[in-house]
Amino acid sequence: MALKIKQDHARFRDIVRGRIKRNLKKYIQKGELIGKKGKDFITIPIPTIDIPHFRFGEKSQGGVGQGDGEPGDPLSQGDPQPGSGQAGQGEGQHILEVDVSLEELADILGEELALPRIQPKGKDRIVATKLRYTGISPSGPESLRHFKRTYKQALRRQIASGSYNWRKPVIVPVREDRRYRTWKQVPLPETNAVVIYMMDVSGSMGDEQKEIVRIESFWIDTWLRKHYKGLETRYIIHDAVAREVDRDTFFHTRESGGTMISSAYKLALELIESDYAPSSWNVYPFHFSDGDNWSADDTRVCVEILQERILPAVNLFAYGQVESPYGSGQFIKDLREAFGERENVALSEIADKEGIYGSIKTFLGQGR
Amino acid sequence: MHKHTHLPARLHDIRQKVEGYAREYGLDFYETVFEVLGFDEINMVAAYGGFPNRYPHWRFGMDYERLAKGYEYGLSKIYEMVINNDPSYAYLLESNMDVDQKLVMAHVFGHVDFFKNNFMFQHTNRKMMDQLANHATRVRRYQDKLGVEMVEDFIDRCLSLENLIDYQSPYVKRRPDRPNDEEASQRKIAHGFKTEREYMREYINPPEFMQAEQKKLDDEAARKKKFPERPERDVLLFLLENAPLERWEHDVLSIIREEAYYFAPQGQTKIMNEGWATYWHSKIMTEKALDASEVIDYADHHSGTLATHPGQLNPYKLGVELWRDLEDRWNKGRFGKEYDECDSFVERRQWDKKLGLGRQKIFEVRKHYNDVTFIDEFLTLEFVLEQKLFTYGYNEKHQRWEILEREFKKVKEKLLHMLTNFGQPTIGVEDGNFENRGELLLVHKHDGVDLKLDYARETLRHVQTLWRRPVNLATRVEGRWTQFRFDGREHSDRRVEL
Repeated sequence: MALKIKQDHARFRDIVRGRIKRNLKKYIQKGELIGKKGKDFITIPIPTIDIPHFRFGEKSQGGVGQGDGEPGDPLSQGDPQPGSGQAGQGEGQHILEVDVSLEELADILGEELALPRIQPKGKDRIVATKLRYTGISPSGPESLRHFKRTYKQALRRQIASGSYNWRKPVIVPVREDRRYRTWKQVPLPETNAVVIYMMDVSGSMGDEQKEIVRIESFWIDTWLRKHYKGLETRYIIHDAVAREVDRDTFFHTRESGGTMISSAYKLALELIESDYAPSSWNVYPFHFSDGDNWSADDTRVCVEILQERILPAVNLFAYGQVESPYGSGQFIKDLREAFGERENVALSEIADKEGIYGSIKTFLGQGR
Repeated sequence: MHKHTHLPARLHDIRQKVEGYAREYGLDFYETVFEVLGFDEINMVAAYGGFPNRYPHWRFGMDYERLAKGYEYGLSKIYEMVINNDPSYAYLLESNMDVDQKLVMAHVFGHVDFFKNNFMFQHTNRKMMDQLANHATRVRRYQDKLGVEMVEDFIDRCLSLENLIDYQSPYVKRRPDRPNDEEASQRKIAHGFKTEREYMREYINPPEFMQAEQKKLDDEAARKKKFPERPERDVLLFLLENAPLERWEHDVLSIIREEAYYFAPQGQTKIMNEGWATYWHSKIMTEKALDASEVIDYADHHSGTLATHPGQLNPYKLGVELWRDLEDRWNKGRFGKEYDECDSFVERRQWDKKLGLGRQKIFEVRKHYNDVTFIDEFLTLEFVLEQKLFTYGYNEKHQRWEILEREFKKVKEKLLHMLTNFGQPTIGVEDGNFENRGELLLVHKHDGVDLKLDYARETLRHVQTLWRRPVNLATRVEGRWTQFRFDGREHSDRRVEL
């Protein structure tokens, strides 16, 4: 039975794709791609069209909840949906929430954004070898003697030569019967990867900008983790100087003062050179800033470091420019000019939370 | 009329049993037709608000996509749906286990009992299934004649206003009956107090008094000339009666309005209704219907239904707990003057007069209350503490949602505010000839919470396309009265005194 609703559904898809009814375009919301680990819930990006109504402003409203906690404690589960008495058609549907594993989440993300599988760097460059016991040989060290095969060989020989007596089944292997395991060295594509997050924490990056970086980094982690068993993450914050920090500090530090992007790139380079030899690591530096750099000179230094040292060593260098009221947004233009055509550079401008969607696609859509 | 043809024999047997239990407990419901649907069909029906047929509109497609994706990704699935209709229709998901179907049936009989008996539903059309199919046909016919785009655009605009109805109007009389025209057209003369004695007249009815009396009458007459005479809460009705709509537009708008009124009581009794159904499914299952082998699955499902999340109020949980609390209180006589005045904690705890009035009380309450009156009357301090209810709000400084208070009064106040007028701002037509220029003036009855302004502007734009003349909305923004105006081309706003 063809469902009647398919017509309505097709029409909705057409509106979302912008084929018809452009007047509704402004009401389309790309359900936020948010995700938090553990028990916290996630929402899956399904676009909705929000027809405007007269309604209360959310943040001035609040509501009533249920559970433990002291006044002043944050609600642990993301934003609530105020107004449980919303207009709607509550016919009494049970909606059961189900936990989704990060693995599944990555699949959903990949499907939604049509992301290609990541191709780890070519095997010719990154090889690790592993010993694998693949065959049997008549010679080898005693420690690798294969008892069963040796026994079989001896049995076969004794039967062939007629010295086997089934009434008195004694098998005595001689030197030639002995069989040993042999091994091969199998080259394995290296699946180690490291993400180096760099973020500008100078005064011009506000909380909203950091929230964007936080959400985006969550999705990048989720996606890369699906492809690399051992994913490491390192965090670098910088204003005029750069330093390495832990994850928590990364998202909560706020400095004032100038911005020298080259300082971060230099530090990233140090990390790569000391800990992540490109021959055995897939390296992903991601840098986020609002696009303000101290001087054109420093930008030149950045381009030089990237060009000469970083780009040859990494799978992908990604730069995300978060829009902020203070930033000039110049840096991405400079990068575009220098690397516009380079295939392992991904540049993206993120205007607001809704821009995260497109930005992730830019970063991960190349399958590198 | 027994239409059990859709149920396979196995489910039919279960149904007979569960229905029997429900009647034994005294539930009183319409004939209920169960249909078994595949997930795709059940998603469709759910997107249509529980009905098999609605007018064509992309919004249903949007809901369908959300439900279908949620199911595909294993995030959500619809267990049960039931509609307020006579006979009532309920849907079962094909792939559910028998124990789930059992639970759902018990739950459904609870809902149908509520639909049939609760006063909020008394005016609703019990043949709504036919009526919605009729609406669908009408809208399709307009689309055939005028084009899909044109009709759909108009529906979009109507939907933007669908909450501008008077949620109380089915239950109260708002307008006085019209006086006859002749009487209305004559100026009324004040006569003052009656007196037989001519010489006393000036003392009994001095001139100042007579003037004041006359002014009162004239004001009354002037008010009657005002349009509308008194603020009209049913904005859609006002537009239907007074906006220059084409005939098909008039018809479509009245369809939207009729459906909004049909669905409204379900939102206004959500807590009671879900609680009631949950109360009964748990009673029927645990006392009668549950097989020993099904206990684990039942417990799993039941606890999933009642799970709470900090930022959301689960109507199933809140509802069922309130019903149980209510039953318990009336069983033990924990109500009335004597109990209320008792301030010994220990005594109150042990209070039990063994009245056994609980069952009777809950049946009575399910008849005469809605969520607002239910909470207002039966939410107690002890209950709020026990259920760990709190209010939350947005802390601008910390940029996060936080728990605000656990104080009984505050929690109750907030809860009632969320439920009053459906959690919607109260907006009415104040003047249909504003500034004597045929403009429309809407006034928001501000109760402490501001409107979401970007939405308000966009909605105002839609009101204007129906009214055709400029439209205005007066509301308070951060404490000051502001009048928003849309004249068909541009928005403006200014501070006003009201």
